Amino acid sequence: MICVKELVKDFGGRVAVNGVSFELSKGDVLGFLGPNGAGKTTTMRMIVGFLPPTSGTAVVCGHNIVQDPIQARKRIGYMPENAPLYGDMTVQTFLQFVAEIRRFIGKERDEKVDATIKKCFLQDVRHQTIETLSKGYRQRTCFAQTMIHNPPVLILDEPTDGLDPNQKQLVRNMIQEMAADKAIILSTHILEEAEAICTRAIIISNGKVVTDSTPAELKKQAPSYNALTLKIVASAEEAKNTFEQLGDVDSVDVLDSSTDHVSLRLFPKNGQPLATTALEEAHSHNWLVKEMQSESGRLEEVFQHLTVTENVSEKVK
Amino acid sequence: MESFQQTKSIAKREWGSYFNSPVAYVFIMIFLVLAGFFTFAVSQFFESGQADLRAFFVWHPWLYLILVPAVAMRLWSEERRARTIELLLTLPITPWQAICGKFLAAWLFLILSVVLTFPIVLTAMYLGQLDLGVVLCGYVGSILLAGAYLAIGMCTSALTKNQVISFILSVVIGLFFILAGFPPVTDLLSRFSPVWLVDAIAAFSFMAHYEALQRGVLDVRDVVYFASIIGFMLLGTHIVLRTRAAQ
Ligand SMILES: Nc1ncnc2c1ncn2[C@@H]1O[C@H](COP(=O)(O)OP(=O)(O)OP(=O)(O)O)[C@@H](O)[C@H]1O
Ligand SMILES: [Mg+2]
Repeated sequence: MICVKELVKDFGGRVAVNGVSFELSKGDVLGFLGPNGAGKTTTMRMIVGFLPPTSGTAVVCGHNIVQDPIQARKRIGYMPENAPLYGDMTVQTFLQFVAEIRRFIGKERDEKVDATIKKCFLQDVRHQTIETLSKGYRQRTCFAQTMIHNPPVLILDEPTDGLDPNQKQLVRNMIQEMAADKAIILSTHILEEAEAICTRAIIISNGKVVTDSTPAELKKQAPSYNALTLKIVASAEEAKNTFEQLGDVDSVDVLDSSTDHVSLRLFPKNGQPLATTALEEAHSHNWLVKEMQSESGRLEEVFQHLTVTENVSEKVK
Repeated sequence: MESFQQTKSIAKREWGSYFNSPVAYVFIMIFLVLAGFFTFAVSQFFESGQADLRAFFVWHPWLYLILVPAVAMRLWSEERRARTIELLLTLPITPWQAICGKFLAAWLFLILSVVLTFPIVLTAMYLGQLDLGVVLCGYVGSILLAGAYLAIGMCTSALTKNQVISFILSVVIGLFFILAGFPPVTDLLSRFSPVWLVDAIAAFSFMAHYEALQRGVLDVRDVVYFASIIGFMLLGTHIVLRTRAAQ
């Protein structure tokens, strides 16, 4: 439903987006990840036709956003970064305004607005002026605005930015409920969020797509994917040397050692689970295993690995 | 028809935003007080002993010069500052619909303010025989003039997110349009420029066209003049929005 081809945006010599391409079909929830200034917002702005691309095209439901913007935008619900809203309007009049622009009039308009207010739990504030709302409600009002016309495409720029954990969960649930018959793009800095709701994740860095995959697949690229943490009764030196000899083990970190036990982390060579071999080895040396934990890999590690540039990486270390 | 519906929705929202804030009331108050002050105190309407509204209409170009940019400056600057422009221009409307909707709302608001000066007309009618045709023509001229100032202010408002800059720019441009035909300036110009040049510059001025309408002459050319200034400035707004909406 969304087809993005080689989008480039050049802000007078500063290339913010440099050849981003992807396709998205119904049911997909695409997480747009990347460090600050990577070009996520700029890419989204080009897809919704707010910024004209320097080159490349974006087609939404068969309508090119540059040549046929009205038809394309009818099929998009867009939440801009920082949820801009008309502060002097009430939640209800604002949603009515958007509904009118979306070509609902009279009774139909009021029905759509009522349904949306209910769906987004805005009943308590429907007559409140937007500028007096708390940030969470403002964010949700802007989110509500995207779904009045039940569009096939949702584009959400950091929809959960600045929400408390409960509200974050609420917005995530709403996105998941709608996901089945829509194509959704959302950007976020919260990697667990991408993991929880996205069926696909694109990491972009310096305006380029560095990976296009699923969150689960991405996690497999983490060095700690299937790493094993062990707490055994043994001497640190000896245990480290022994485990390093194992074929499946890439490296061993000593996390903590004392007179009577040692904690180790074993990293697998090619993502193989290590539990069985490690246990057998410990058993053959008569080491008592006090604790054992297998790790599933963290998206943060992959994210850092893929996006941190040389000089920043030194600072991070 | 469908497209007008949306223009109307935008105009309605804009109209509401004037009345949701004190802007509307403050503006109308100040406009009426100043119009009354200049007409009665400065022009000495009662003492002149004439039953026409020259003393009233003659001040409008100067009042509008300051007051209309104050109404126009927020039209786009505020959208830029609050970033709602991103919301507005990604809805399924054309920039023209947004521009016309905003322009209509602001113009209707100015028309309301002008119409609220009707007590001055009633006073004049009470004092003597008033040619209502001339008065009507005078109001048409005043409304067209307000529209022209408004279109200028709208264009400068689209240029920047800073309302003060927008205000100053449109006052300067408005001043040019007045002074180009202001007798003291044309006299000065005619001392060292050829007559045709002075006339050409003066033809661009609001003054000649506005005064013709005040005399009760509803000439199509004057109406076309104001309409083209408005059209030209709205086109300018369109170009500005298209090229730098996101900056
Ligand atoms: N209007 C503009 N003019 C010039 N440069 C711009 C403009 N908008 C964005 N940029 C630049 O483009 C780059 C990408 O910005 P963008 O807002 O797309 O990043 P982002 O990935 O959304 O970042 P964040 O995570 O902080 O929201 C940045 O370097 C930014 O400074
Ligand atoms: Mg961003």
